[in-house]
Amino acid sequence: MSDPSTASIVSTPPAQPTDAGASTAPGPQSNEKPRGLLGDAWRDLRRKPLFWISATLIVIFLLMAAFPALFAPGADAVNGSLSRSLNKPGADGWFGYDVQGRDVYARVIYGARASIVVAVLSVVGTLLVGGTMGIISGYRGGWVDGLLSRIADVFFGLPFVLGAIVILTTFNGSGSGNSKAQIMGLVIASLTVLSWPVVMRLMRSSVLATKEADYIVAARALGAGTGRIILKHLLPNCLAPLLVYGTIMVGSFIGAEATLSFLGVGLKSPVVSWGIMISEGQQFIRVAPGLVFFPAAFLVTAVLSFVMLGEAVREALDPKLR
Amino acid sequence: MGRYLLRRLLQLVPVFIGTTFLIYALVWAVPGDPFAGKCGERRCPDQYIAFMTEKYHLDQNVFVQYANYMKNLLQGDFGQTFSQREISDIILTSYPNTLKLALVALAIEAVIGLGAGVLTGLRRNGFLDNLVLVSTLFLIALPVFVVGFVLQWLLGVQWGIIKPTVSSEMRLSELIVPGFVLGSASVAYIARVARTSIAENRRADYVRTAIAKGLPMRRVVGVHLLRNSLIPVVTLLGTDLGALMGGAIVTEGIFGINGIGRQVFRAIVTKESATVVGIVVVLVLVYLVMNLLVDLLYAALDPRIRYE
Amino acid sequence: MSDILVSEQSAPGTGGSGRPSGRLLEVDDLRVEFRTRDGVAKVINGVTYHVDAGETLAVLGESGSGKSVTAQTIMGILDTPPGFVTGGQVRFHGKDMLRMSNEERRRIRGEGIAMIFQDALSALNPVFTVGFQIAEQFRVRRGMGRADAKKRAIEMLDQVKIPNAKSRFNNYPHQFSGGMRQRAMIAMSLALDPEVLIADEPTTALDVTVQAQIMDLLAELQRERQMGMILITHDLGVVADVADRIAVMYAGRIVEEADVYDLYAKPAHPYTMGLIDSIPRMDEKGQQLRTIKGLPPNLMNIPPGCPFNPRCPMAQPVCREKIPPLLQVGHARASACHFAEELVNRD
Repeated sequence: MSDPSTASIVSTPPAQPTDAGASTAPGPQSNEKPRGLLGDAWRDLRRKPLFWISATLIVIFLLMAAFPALFAPGADAVNGSLSRSLNKPGADGWFGYDVQGRDVYARVIYGARASIVVAVLSVVGTLLVGGTMGIISGYRGGWVDGLLSRIADVFFGLPFVLGAIVILTTFNGSGSGNSKAQIMGLVIASLTVLSWPVVMRLMRSSVLATKEADYIVAARALGAGTGRIILKHLLPNCLAPLLVYGTIMVGSFIGAEATLSFLGVGLKSPVVSWGIMISEGQQFIRVAPGLVFFPAAFLVTAVLSFVMLGEAVREALDPKLR
Repeated sequence: MGRYLLRRLLQLVPVFIGTTFLIYALVWAVPGDPFAGKCGERRCPDQYIAFMTEKYHLDQNVFVQYANYMKNLLQGDFGQTFSQREISDIILTSYPNTLKLALVALAIEAVIGLGAGVLTGLRRNGFLDNLVLVSTLFLIALPVFVVGFVLQWLLGVQWGIIKPTVSSEMRLSELIVPGFVLGSASVAYIARVARTSIAENRRADYVRTAIAKGLPMRRVVGVHLLRNSLIPVVTLLGTDLGALMGGAIVTEGIFGINGIGRQVFRAIVTKESATVVGIVVVLVLVYLVMNLLVDLLYAALDPRIRYE
Repeated sequence: MSDILVSEQSAPGTGGSGRPSGRLLEVDDLRVEFRTRDGVAKVINGVTYHVDAGETLAVLGESGSGKSVTAQTIMGILDTPPGFVTGGQVRFHGKDMLRMSNEERRRIRGEGIAMIFQDALSALNPVFTVGFQIAEQFRVRRGMGRADAKKRAIEMLDQVKIPNAKSRFNNYPHQFSGGMRQRAMIAMSLALDPEVLIADEPTTALDVTVQAQIMDLLAELQRERQMGMILITHDLGVVADVADRIAVMYAGRIVEEADVYDLYAKPAHPYTMGLIDSIPRMDEKGQQLRTIKGLPPNLMNIPPGCPFNPRCPMAQPVCREKIPPLLQVGHARASACHFAEELVNRD
């Protein structure tokens, strides 16, 4: 329903490997060496500033998540001193201090880890669950397909935010004393549980489309086993759209995690995350707008980088959009 | 057609049961003691526990509970909150507000999204096209709570153009900004789908034929091109109406709209299980029915589709 | 048979001559290129042909020879970009259409020049009924009311021999068979009584049995209405019964133009000879089919000299250096071959 990672952004079916020049230039081009789809896409990508900008930003965010100390050496993101409460940005605290006197710059840097770890792991989970279900469903067909598709419908019918809130309050209510890792695990699980049907549908239609392709029929006629056909033929064909979708989904999930933390049902203090910071800062927006502005800016930039990268790759892979 | 409809309806039943059962089990059965923290900070009164246990058959297993719940529901009985308020009453007062908000959002999506999509689809790679592409990226990337928060703060608090919250009268003028916030991501999707669809169909053979017939450009675009390109857009809009209502939690919270999303969030926080389940049942039902209607609409829009 | 004098192709780069000649439709030294990411493809390199009322000109060539692009340029439905007209004229009643306003050109479409496309299934709008798409022209172009337009549309469906025209009016294109669809397409193109009809491979997408019926129908309608018809095809067999004159295209040029009988009896260009030789014949059953060796040239990199020289069995050094102009050879025919005279005068 209100799934932030609605499939339409990547709904274009996987591009068939065609020579891009052939459609526009009439006449056979006997002297041209046929280029592969991937080579073509890479050639296209290399010339896009959007691709380089987003890729650079993503590398920075990943470094930030892995080695936050690189960006904020010696800073403390968790403890503050009340004497600095709501201090304005200055030389020693670039982004100022929050109400508990914690360094906002350090918190924004350290907040990247929780957001990105949750998003990436949720995407991996979603791709694995959805991908497996999609392959089984598309390949087996029949009642298996019917059953799995109905199960997917059940989860797809849940409104995304609502479903996540219900799941998280059930397992992560105010009374429960879950550890930091458990909370993160729960957020990851609920994002995965609510999103896998989209990937399953994508995968299933990919498999159905490829299954009847002549080369698959030929491979089967030559005695290739099911496992081999899936590994050697189906997966490589479906992989490109899945990776694109996964990249975009990382962006959406960073936003979803922030939304849930903002609502107070996701990650909780003392975990540092952008959503928590925005949620905590909103009551001080008149006095210290920076408390909301800086985490929001980082959040939006991170989401945008992943969405932009996915978009750039998708456009490069889709000859129709050229 | 009749048989197709019947088959779709039959498919809908297990999905409806599955989704609502899932929520029911999550809310009532998983936490163990169904009354833990249900009545605010205090322990629930014994009388209430006895009443609820009898009404919802809480002493039996979750399947029996669910079956009884559904039986009551089909007779229009959604149950009561712990303060004895009829849940159907809560739904009836808050649902129209959400519907109104969703319709405003849908109208904004249709006007802005479709307008931008058609313009850029016809003139690709111009300045306008790039502007729209970048802004749709932003709208997709920005979480709804950020968009809502920023707009509320900028337009409501800083510039004073709008009132930061919506009054209980739900005037149309007050709903425009919240409507935009609710539909912000969908505006972008609609714009993109419309753009792709127009751009793809623009080179279609039948458009060429229409030009070769000597029809004025207005008619070629307005009748032949648009009629075909609108099919995916209209279906997306239809699906979205169902989705918008379930997604209104954040928007309604930010702008203080007394809608179904706010009620369900309140109910979740105060652990009013009966209210949560009741509202989710309604939302899921609306969503499923909207999807079915969209399927049927598809056949009306594209004569090539025949339901067997 | 009408006047078959072939105008001399003007030297490359000079553009059209622009003098009025009283012809119905003339293409004069037309040049079109496709500018793509991978380079510029010179698709049409100085094509000149004409068609008069009541005659049928067949334009023959392999795919990629530029025959369809020429037709699209005449109709003004060339995809721009990537296609750009870089020179020449297309004159209708002596007036250059490439310099007309959009509105003037639009008025010629359908009424002056109409077109039939190869694949009627994709050329007809899938979401409107066939009847609507025919009646639309009467309503928009002739300002007729709904009922009158419908009556006329049904008459048109009758004329192209669609059975039960009245009941088929409300059918969608996908509900027609391939042949019926092409008939509907023909009805649509003839609705406004065009003076010239361009048929772009009208039978290629059809079954062989249906092909003949459609060709017969086209020929019959052309005769009745005394239209000029340009029949674009790659199939020599289709041409023989219908066409008055044939223009053979290769790599964006006309390489030979002659009346049907002359062309078949004594082709004046090695490429035409190759085409005729490659028609399977009953009396040579069991023998290997003759083909033209090699591939058509890459239009982004057309070989110097005669574009056909790498495939030509008669190629001489001169063929690799000089582009042969399209010159008159013998009576009322022309060929763009350095050795055209020898070919025509052989026994």
